[in-house]
Amino acid sequence: MDLKGFDRPGRHGGGDIRSVKVMIAGGFGTGKTTMVRSVSDIRPLTTEETLTQAGAGVDDLIGVADKSQTTVSLDFGKIGLSDSLVLYLFGTPGQERFWFLWNGLFKGALGAVVLVDTRRLASSFRAIEEMERQKVPFVVALNVFPDSKDYPVEEIRDALDIPAHIPVVSFDARDRASSRDVLVALVRHLRERSAVAVESR
Amino acid sequence: MSAPRRPADPPGLERYYVLTGGRSGPGGSAAGLDVATLVVSRPGPVPGPQHEHEEIVRRCREPLSVAELGAHLGLPFNILAVLLSDLLDAGRVEARDPVPAHVAGRGPDLALLEEVLSGLERL
Repeated sequence: MDLKGFDRPGRHGGGDIRSVKVMIAGGFGTGKTTMVRSVSDIRPLTTEETLTQAGAGVDDLIGVADKSQTTVSLDFGKIGLSDSLVLYLFGTPGQERFWFLWNGLFKGALGAVVLVDTRRLASSFRAIEEMERQKVPFVVALNVFPDSKDYPVEEIRDALDIPAHIPVVSFDARDRASSRDVLVALVRHLRERSAVAVESR
Repeated sequence: MSAPRRPADPPGLERYYVLTGGRSGPGGSAAGLDVATLVVSRPGPVPGPQHEHEEIVRRCREPLSVAELGAHLGLPFNILAVLLSDLLDAGRVEARDPVPAHVAGRGPDLALLEEVLSGLERL
């Protein structure tokens, strides 16, 4: 396992290492943690946010009756991209209604991958809506489970009402190269969007 | 990916209270911390009465993200942010926010995207 630049004390002194982040979203059980695990250089870790300042409205919303703390977890992994750049991948909490509780969860992210289980398309509706609402650039990745029917990508694009300019790819979250290809598709999409933005200035 | 839960360990709350001196959120210097912010130690005396301050400085000799620190130290983000704000104020650590692909007023960072892409393609 090569953590490129992280395991060489004294070489850079960490002086020039920068980070970027990508969010892995999608409904509950769509394979977010599986994807993070298969493509990460490290064993995925979990970080938590404890919501200590939950007011009455928040308590109602998340169904916590008393005034105790609530914890939202993020599974994450990292990929050394070069000696000076590391990519962090964060799997979002399965229930999108908790996303807003984590302040700035999507802020500063390059973009997001929204995972879809083709057997349960509806489970990712919320995630797609949320990306559009928060203006996070994203690609849609159909996680092909062993018993998934073979849906044509365009049929699923229609069913999920995904605009033509947003890539929809299919992949296997358990496979490292396949998961890597989804990230490549995301960054290519970001590059195309950016090129358009540069030209139109 | 777990749903919010109530902590199974109420003494944890007391630990957090002691660690943060009862402060509930990070001060100005740490208010913008992100889970992907890299923290790097700088030389100097360790401030703060808590063992955790020392532990952060020790672990961040090489850059480490706030998320990794939280996972290694078993501390939630907001508690860790309070400790990091102490260290930032004392100049004992430096925080480096994740690089966005698009900076307001400066447009997209195409060179960054190319760097990410070639890194991924080498995997």
